[in-house]
Amino acid sequence: MSTNAKDLRNPLKRARGLGSAQFGVSHWWTQRVTAVGLVLLGLWLVITVLGLQHADYATARATMAKPWNAVLLVAFLITSLWHAVLGLQVVIEDYVHTRWKEVFLMVAIKFLAVLGALAGALAVLRIALGA
Amino acid sequence: MAEFTLPKNSKIQPGKHYPAKDAKKSRTFRIYRWSPDDGQNPRIDTYEVDLAACGPMVLDALLKIKNEIDPTLTLRRSCREGICGSCAMNIDGTNTLACTKAIEDCPSGDVKIYPLPHMPVVKDLVPDLTHFYAQFASIKPWLRTQSAAPDRERLQSPEDRKKLDGLYECILCACCSTSCPSYWWNGDRYLGPAILLQAYRWIVDSRDEDTGARLDDLEDPFKLYRCHTIMNCARTCPKGLNPAKAIAEIKKLIVERRSA
Repeated sequence: MSTNAKDLRNPLKRARGLGSAQFGVSHWWTQRVTAVGLVLLGLWLVITVLGLQHADYATARATMAKPWNAVLLVAFLITSLWHAVLGLQVVIEDYVHTRWKEVFLMVAIKFLAVLGALAGALAVLRIALGA
Repeated sequence: MAEFTLPKNSKIQPGKHYPAKDAKKSRTFRIYRWSPDDGQNPRIDTYEVDLAACGPMVLDALLKIKNEIDPTLTLRRSCREGICGSCAMNIDGTNTLACTKAIEDCPSGDVKIYPLPHMPVVKDLVPDLTHFYAQFASIKPWLRTQSAAPDRERLQSPEDRKKLDGLYECILCACCSTSCPSYWWNGDRYLGPAILLQAYRWIVDSRDEDTGARLDDLEDPFKLYRCHTIMNCARTCPKGLNPAKAIAEIKKLIVERRSA
């Protein structure tokens, strides 16, 4: 952000830049809502997993196949990936200042998160539906 | 990109030493020096100052150095009572005003003085605040109204006036903005704590009628949402204000006007 003496533009032109994106509150709000969701879902997951401490594979599988557990596990997967994308987006915006790298990373994390969510949901569904 | 090392021409060299002669109570000041004219890298000059013949504040010591030891030392100062914000600099690792920082409040050892961090330096302790001031201008920091101008002053209830306390005291010294890592990395677009506190000062003003437009202008991933509540701003403010709280209030208002 050094001031360039050769830049003949008025400093106000630089400061106003391209103006407001009129966007950002949904990101900020969603990040907080998913954080609250993760606290609740995380508690459920920890309690459920602790309950399976001494269980064998078949019991664990049967527990996760119960409808409520399957639903909550999918919800946990989606919420955590969603929250992760929102958080990573902030890190990228903060530190990656080469535009093409920024765009590439933004798109890449979203693709990866969607793939992760689909794969996770499929895995839980296969257990739940007994496939 | 975040910068983890200084560029080559910013690497600091050892500088000159000015010992005190016949000092009764000597204190050492290590001060950042850089001149745009000599093509040299910045250096740290060491000055020994006799506190027995010096005022109590860091600014007193700086002016004593400038008047009696080294007239080339360059700094901004004006009111010497913490109301103009000119002498904002980094003293002992904290951004503050040299005029309200007592020398004896600096931890023992040498007193290290640098210009405000991560700003272009004009000379020595003088940072280039052009962009900072332009950002201030960009929020249109004046009363904006739609209704016709009244024949008398615009009235405000004591309760509404109270909402400006903790905001109107800001003197735009830039201590907070230049202490904020988000402002260091993204200061070209992020408005920074000082300007956002000033923006909130007008948003919350009961006489201003352009609140929605002000919030529209701020709702931006960079202008506003680069604030990650690091809180350096509130820690460093020499006036004891809390810019982070003002920013949080702006975020709350932007949420408030939409459906959850």
